[in-house]
Amino acid sequence: MNVIVCVKQIPDPAAPGALDPSTNTLKRDGKLILDESDSYGVEMALQLVDKAGGGEVSLVSMAPNGEVSGLRTALAMGAAKGILVSDPALQGSDALTTAKVLAAAIQRLGGADLIIAATESSDGYTGTVPEQIAEVLGLPSVTFAKALTITDGKLDAQRQTEEGYDDVTCPLPAVVSVTAGVVEPRYPSFKGIMAAKSKPVETVTAADLGVTPVGWAGASQSITNVGQAEARTAGTIVEDDGEGFAQIVSYLENLKVI
Amino acid sequence: MNIWVFAQEAAGVPTSGTLELLTKARSLVADGGHVTAFVGGDATAIAASLGEHGATKVYATGDLGGKLPGVAVSAAMKAVIDGGDVPDLIVFPQTTEGRDIIARLSVKLDRTALTNNTGISIEGATVSVTTPIFGGNTLVTTTFTGSGPFLATFRPKSFAAESAGGAAAEVVAAPVPELGATGAAAVTAVHVEESTGPKLDEAAIVVSGGRGLGEAAKYEMVETLAKLLKGAPGASRAIVDAGWVPYSYQVGQTGKVVKPTVYIAAGISGATQHMVGMKGAKNIIAINKDKEAPIFGIADLGIVGDVHKVLPKLIEALQGR
Ligand SMILES: Cc1cc2nc3c(=O)[nH]c(=O)nc-3n(C[C@H](O)[C@H](O)[C@H](O)COP(=O)(O)OP(=O)(O)OC[C@H]3O[C@@H](n4cnc5c(N)ncnc54)[C@H](O)[C@@H]3O)c2cc1C
Ligand SMILES: Nc1ncnc2c1ncn2[C@@H]1O[C@H](COP(=O)(O)O)[C@@H](O)[C@H]1O
Repeated sequence: MNVIVCVKQIPDPAAPGALDPSTNTLKRDGKLILDESDSYGVEMALQLVDKAGGGEVSLVSMAPNGEVSGLRTALAMGAAKGILVSDPALQGSDALTTAKVLAAAIQRLGGADLIIAATESSDGYTGTVPEQIAEVLGLPSVTFAKALTITDGKLDAQRQTEEGYDDVTCPLPAVVSVTAGVVEPRYPSFKGIMAAKSKPVETVTAADLGVTPVGWAGASQSITNVGQAEARTAGTIVEDDGEGFAQIVSYLENLKVI
Repeated sequence: MNIWVFAQEAAGVPTSGTLELLTKARSLVADGGHVTAFVGGDATAIAASLGEHGATKVYATGDLGGKLPGVAVSAAMKAVIDGGDVPDLIVFPQTTEGRDIIARLSVKLDRTALTNNTGISIEGATVSVTTPIFGGNTLVTTTFTGSGPFLATFRPKSFAAESAGGAAAEVVAAPVPELGATGAAAVTAVHVEESTGPKLDEAAIVVSGGRGLGEAAKYEMVETLAKLLKGAPGASRAIVDAGWVPYSYQVGQTGKVVKPTVYIAAGISGATQHMVGMKGAKNIIAINKDKEAPIFGIADLGIVGDVHKVLPKLIEALQGR
């Protein structure tokens, strides 16, 4: 069984986010890392291929400046190869364009039995790309999967809902978006990291994939204002000296909620 | 300006997110135009309430027969649009269903989809939406360009829900067309995670626990406290991912948005993704052993201390009342 995982490479979330003042989009310069949300998809894919007893995991990613460090992390975990779509023209692309580009990259890999993405990315979190990819490719999809198994050419998933979860079944090929926590991502081994250096990553442009227009030209939206929200300020902060609970009790009393 | 609202129901009534959007849409079309509700299912039970909140027409797909709403409802919407009823704007609650439908529809219509919004303004034919980023500290306004229908989702509790006392809306069938391969996924069982007491997103008091509780068994303190205060227990994503509590307990960007009178955060650091779900609370109380924890930056009362010491005493004090 062959699985393709969409992996987004993002600025380290530990570093404070910033907007590029000239474009009002998130700054994505500097080193990018594998979005943690996608590490679950990579792990899930590796486990499913392993269980199927054959096949491989491939990656698709769209990122500026030919960035591959996040892809290398996923390759070090065990993925076999990847396609990176990198092209200055992609700057400013909306989620729909991103989905068209990723769908074209998936087709360039010859498609797969299963395509995995995360329910939302950590930096942009539009949360629509996986379902948009499915629609572009004309495939069925199961979103918000918190458990996933494959048997006899079909998948069974637990799909998270507002009230609990649904059991969903779907024939392959299909697109699945997985939640954080669906599996425990492995740490790349030293051997894996060394092997990843020589695994093939093909870099292509949007034009190579035949997707136009992209970037600002393809997005039917423009950022018209960036402002500060009304800030909440800190109140009283006290060290617990054994009587901290009493402060809470009197605070609640003052509010007349107890 | 004609607006469609994707309307969802739970337990026989429209969800609060649906009523919030209807109320807002009603005010946006005040100087001409109408509000239409679009239901992915049977609308008999909720048509009156949808009408009361501003919908003059209700499209209903009828029972989806186990098909996932993303594929089915987007196809039904597209069929109505192809049939000549073209709205200027379609708004969706930011829910799993809302997100799936807007995503599929954006491809079918080849239109951008803007998600995670908390505000909207319309001037003439220009529609702009506002999204909070960086934990809600920065607000980004985006204007749709090109032609409609414009597509957007809104986070729960972005607007107030108010009845307009309107009459029951006319229900029009909008059947799901043949879906082909895309419609192959099927729901085989529905599991509702029962919780007792008030619902998390409606409770006046919410007590949430995070990784600082140390282990799953300690979450019981959060539940006990919530019960004593007649509130609902909540959680950070860290302990949902760890499997201590179900996802339906999660507060935050990818969980529930809560705006209670009192929010108590126990052993929660205050990551931006958590804060966007609770910073609308009227009063915030935080207990954290790290005085540098970001949660203290927005807490009205912060106790720098160990949850294992503070919570048992607090519970004891309340039990004694
Ligand atoms: C795309 C995306 C979406 C996300 N969505 C959400 C979301 O919807 N909701 C959400 O909550 N998170 C969300 N997160 C995760 C978020 O970034 C944080 O990882 C998470 O909120 C941390 O949970 P926590 O505060 O329980 O854990 P931690 O950050 O580990 O904090 C634990 C806290 O407990 C304190 N502590 C430890 N021991 C004690 C003790 N004995 N007594 C008192 N205090 C103690 C520590 O000082 C620390 O501050 C999301 C992340 C991403 C990338
Ligand atoms: N530029 C990208 N490259 C690769 N995968 C992406 C990209 N953007 C989004 N995705 C995939 O789609 C998921 C949801 O992204 P989003 O819709 O932006 O929240 C991500 O977690 C990835 O799996």
